[in-house]
Amino acid sequence: MNAYEKVALARASDRLMGNWYIGQIIDDFTELHGDRRYSDDGAIVGGIGFLDGMPVTCITMNRGGSIEDRIKRNFGCPSPEGYRKALRLMKQAEKFRRPVICFVGSPGAYCGIGAEERGQGQAIAENLWEMCALKTPVISVVVGEGGSGGALALSVADKILMFENAVYSVISPEGCASILYKDSAKAPEAAEALRLTAADLYRMKVADAIIPETYRTSEETARILKKRLVSELTALKKVSVPRLLASRYEKFRAIGAM
Amino acid sequence: MAETMIRCKKCGQETADAQLLKNGRICPCCGNYFRMSARERIALVTDHGTFREHDGELKSRNILRFPEYDEKLEKAVETTGENDAVITGYAKIGGVPTALFAMDSNFMMASMGTVVGEKITRLFEYAAENRLPVVGFICSGGARMQEGVLSLMQMAKVSAAVRWHSDAGLFYLPVLTDPTTGGVTASYAMEGDIIAAEPGALIGFAGQRVIEQTTGEKLPKGFQSAEFQLEHGFVDLLLERRSSGTVIGRLLTANTAAERRGMYERV
Ligand SMILES: [Zn+2]
Repeated sequence: MNAYEKVALARASDRLMGNWYIGQIIDDFTELHGDRRYSDDGAIVGGIGFLDGMPVTCITMNRGGSIEDRIKRNFGCPSPEGYRKALRLMKQAEKFRRPVICFVGSPGAYCGIGAEERGQGQAIAENLWEMCALKTPVISVVVGEGGSGGALALSVADKILMFENAVYSVISPEGCASILYKDSAKAPEAAEALRLTAADLYRMKVADAIIPETYRTSEETARILKKRLVSELTALKKVSVPRLLASRYEKFRAIGAM
Repeated sequence: MAETMIRCKKCGQETADAQLLKNGRICPCCGNYFRMSARERIALVTDHGTFREHDGELKSRNILRFPEYDEKLEKAVETTGENDAVITGYAKIGGVPTALFAMDSNFMMASMGTVVGEKITRLFEYAAENRLPVVGFICSGGARMQEGVLSLMQMAKVSAAVRWHSDAGLFYLPVLTDPTTGGVTASYAMEGDIIAAEPGALIGFAGQRVIEQTTGEKLPKGFQSAEFQLEHGFVDLLLERRSSGTVIGRLLTANTAAERRGMYERV
């Protein structure tokens, strides 16, 4: 499968995303709404539940189901309010010493006049700034398309797990092609050049593990993901907070270090 | 040798390059701010002869073997005489010792790749170790697409270093200049204790053409200008170029007073 075929898979409208996996692996999930500042962004869903008995905060991008639902949720493209809600829930998790699990899968941050007026850049920057020093374990699972800074705002994590057919890129292949080749139809070539597949990210030491999708059913894939999350979080919870933060710093410090 | 004349985009007046430089790259006719190179900026704001460059030898490589990147890098190095899009180092501004960085829009629109990320990260680490404030002159087209996700991750890497420096009780002043966009806006441009912006600068996250295409809406006048960001509460002040050194020196003095009295423990 070439890179652009993976992009298509990651984006497929019937692809199961974070909200489905939360339903599968988290018990007694309670959704929590709103950023306490402006509104409740449906492109981000967050709440509390139990992973194998362990209380966790889960945050996911949500593209929505029906057409009306998709429109309401902006096709999973978060506005500043979405990132601020995510941050509020992460700070709450820190206070109550619960780990955070983020699910990434959407084209990216919403591009619009209102989003700019309310500080899309500032909202993402604040998430990066806070996540760097969040005193609780954070795991980010890239389920679908991880697009640019809008995805990064949910992935400054101790561990980044990537689904086998997920992608993560600095720019969409179409956007890249229209800049590079002045032709968005050359997106397949751009996808190749951008090195955006799970295997690429694992090789570049951005992704820490790949979740295989070769199982017969999605329920089986979910079980594998759950097992992996339980083992990662069990290990991370044993690490002291200063050591946790130091190794998070080192993880990102090492990317492109000279 | 014929003088290079530069035309003002705002009023159309042509001014000789040398005269424009002497005038701080401000149009003598209408007061419009032209973009400045990183070296010109450093010369403008720092106390004469105090600048010491760091990591000037760091050079981008085409890590992903991205098409046409080698040629673009080569051309940028040739036209600017710089190794990459940011210059970092130590200087005094208004008599106050500071770490500083200046990005250069002439070098691939000051896009942020691994070298830019690494140099700025090193600068914040150096400043934290040496108890220095950081002043950053920012401009950028965003993350450097030719370095793929590695460039995206520099947003997190630099942010972590900024946070580390801040948690040590130290002051960071980003000055946003034309244009500040994309991943740089969504990271260290917006992480200052005080955020200054040059009048008229374009400052935003998403590109204007992308917003128009996505929403089908016409953008309001002055959208994503420094003045727009001031009005919406995202920058603290507009910084006039002529007095910028003086104002920065004042802000540095006010925000390093506790440090000079030894009120913070050494890290
Ligand atoms: Zn003019």
